[in-house]
Amino acid sequence: MSFTKMTVSTLAVLAVSATAAAARDEIRIVGSSTVFPYTQAVAEQFANNTGAPSPVVESTGTGGGMKIFCGGIGEQHPDITGASRAMKASEYKLCQENGVTDVSEALIGFDGLSVAISRANDYDWDLTLGEIYLALGAQVPVDGEWKDNPYKMWNEIREDLPAVEILAYGPPPTSGTRDAFVELAMHAGCEELEYVSAGDFGGDWVKENCSRMRTDGPFVEAGENDNLIVQRLEADANAMGIFGYSFLYENLDKLKGVKIEGVAPSTETIADKSYPVSRPLYFYVKNAHRGVIPNLNEFIEEYMSDDALEADGYLAERGLVALADDRRAELQDTVLNGAAMAAPK
Amino acid sequence: MTDTSLDPGFSSPRRTTDLVAASLRRRRRKQSRLKWIGIAAISIAFLMLFLLVASMVRTGWQAFTETNITLDVYIDPAEVPLERLPRGGFDDVLAASLGQMLPGVDMDDRATARAVGGILSNGAQFDLRDRVVADPSLIGQTITLTVPVSDPYDQLNKGLIKRETPETNRRVKDAQIAWFDRLQAEGAITKPFNIGLFTDADSRFPELAGLKGALIGSFWVLITCFVIAFPLGIGAAIYLEEFAPKNKMSDFVEVNINNLAAVPSVVFGLLALAVFIGWFGMPRSAPFVGGLTLALMTMPTIIIATRNALKAVPPSIREAALGLGASKQQMVFQHVLPLAMPGILTGTIIGLAQALGETAPLLLIGMNASITSAASSPFDSSTALPTQILIWADSPERGFVSLTSAAILVLLGFLIIMNGIAIFLRQKFERRW
Repeated sequence: MSFTKMTVSTLAVLAVSATAAAARDEIRIVGSSTVFPYTQAVAEQFANNTGAPSPVVESTGTGGGMKIFCGGIGEQHPDITGASRAMKASEYKLCQENGVTDVSEALIGFDGLSVAISRANDYDWDLTLGEIYLALGAQVPVDGEWKDNPYKMWNEIREDLPAVEILAYGPPPTSGTRDAFVELAMHAGCEELEYVSAGDFGGDWVKENCSRMRTDGPFVEAGENDNLIVQRLEADANAMGIFGYSFLYENLDKLKGVKIEGVAPSTETIADKSYPVSRPLYFYVKNAHRGVIPNLNEFIEEYMSDDALEADGYLAERGLVALADDRRAELQDTVLNGAAMAAPK
Repeated sequence: MTDTSLDPGFSSPRRTTDLVAASLRRRRRKQSRLKWIGIAAISIAFLMLFLLVASMVRTGWQAFTETNITLDVYIDPAEVPLERLPRGGFDDVLAASLGQMLPGVDMDDRATARAVGGILSNGAQFDLRDRVVADPSLIGQTITLTVPVSDPYDQLNKGLIKRETPETNRRVKDAQIAWFDRLQAEGAITKPFNIGLFTDADSRFPELAGLKGALIGSFWVLITCFVIAFPLGIGAAIYLEEFAPKNKMSDFVEVNINNLAAVPSVVFGLLALAVFIGWFGMPRSAPFVGGLTLALMTMPTIIIATRNALKAVPPSIREAALGLGASKQQMVFQHVLPLAMPGILTGTIIGLAQALGETAPLLLIGMNASITSAASSPFDSSTALPTQILIWADSPERGFVSLTSAAILVLLGFLIIMNGIAIFLRQKFERRW
């Protein structure tokens, strides 16, 4: 019958396509959504300059990217993954188990995490990390006891703050931005608290108890779409938003950064590390794919070039905070020579 | 009412009329209430639709125009030597020509020269390069070139960056606005229809980004989906409707097909990730895999639509064909199927329209990648319209806000066209008995 014929022919199509899939002449990149715009910029520049097929850049999140990247060696696995934190020991182990033993680590620069608020709000916000923790942590010390967060208004946290409700839009747990915010702002803020610094807790105590954001209203998970958060901040002058510095940079006419420990986020303060909430951005490349996947070496040269990475390079235009010149030169050297990274602790 | 029905003999005719008259008013009131609730429901639905489209048009219409600048470019042989092609200082050549149009601006200062060059889109140097590579005799001559301006100036020209914002909070500084105004006064700035929206592939620069890659990707996805789902769907429906014995087995199959039509699309995406990409080793991000995945999703819709269309063909036609000695196969292909075709096509187009807007399965198979060239075959990496919308919605540059809405309008346009064709086919060709 026609039905069986069609089934057979479909299966034939499937078989042919499976073999057609084997050859690959474009570079494949996965990884963090924070590194994505920078990789995208390099990919476009590279394709325009060399005429090579444009690399395929996919935004999978840091963790998701590591999983795909460490899947194995060969054409069906990606060549590069972007990460908004260093590779974890568990991920390194996964790579090793799947034969991905020779990986180079490239630090490309820094990204500041900004807490932003609408320009319509005329109070000059300046918070310490400890205050941010008290506002957004799931559990906080109240009268010497570790309890569910009772604070609803900013002036309950510090008396001279405005009497407005605490409301912050931030990234969901799947996001690398959230991981970074928890680690850089919440953990550091938690350690600042007198209850924690005075009480002699073990090393993992902070990690176990200060990692959760509150879920009773004042912290709202706003999905991965940062432009949406920008719109909500415009609509509500008392709401705060947590996102990468590049979004604040693009919207400086509508939003302003909340100062943290007295320092406002800017390219300069993130670069000299006086702004406390900033994170390093990396990409990882499989050295076994170099020389096998066409143009991979040239692409890495473009990514590590001064044009891309220096302080007035084209990635800085997109919001990347550049490394110091000597650090960059040193990294260019290691990455271009394909030195394998050491196992993370 | 109960009284009258219990002992009809005792009720006077007048009493019945009164009862009916009294209840009539109540029944009419109920009826008109129902009517008004219906009208209210429709109005709310239309209001929502209107709000959606209006908000998209409000943010999106600006993306249908672009800001261009026309300038005379002297291709300096010192900057672009013949032997170095296709490399060369094309950006410097362009910045120098722009400096010519802005007398009094100190082009020897590196920062100023960079800022002046920044008026032009990054794509301008590649436009110029392509022209020079195509015709190297242009070196040393002066040519007229029309190129897009970069995103901040585009936003300024469209009024999305407001001049009254304090200078420190604005992407474009006062001096830069003054340059732009001078260029505008000279008539170098034009604001034509943005053809690039349909003819350019994706880019990280909003002024260069277009939907070509996504449109071609969506086209390949739908073709693959159609080629697989249409014959399989019709074949399955013909068997179930015309040949299958009515027993527990065919009931079981029917229940499953109806269930399959209601399975969330993300499940098909996970299945595709495991089977097509995991087992068969097909490439990630390929429209072909996207088409296969969406075919799984569209097939139940086509099967159900085809079975309904076949059921609507009266049995007399089948009996007449069989009575004249046609085989069952001839009866199906020569008589029943042609009569059922309009209904089948309508169902198929509606299924495909659904597939066109589907996002979740495409995300899972990696079609949300940034790809700056359009796919030339269904096996090349590509995005599709809905995933392109997601990528743009996530981009920090201001220009992508209106581009996102514009892309949504384009997608809505295609959906309206496809549904329009389905309605047309149904009106024009469907026969009723």
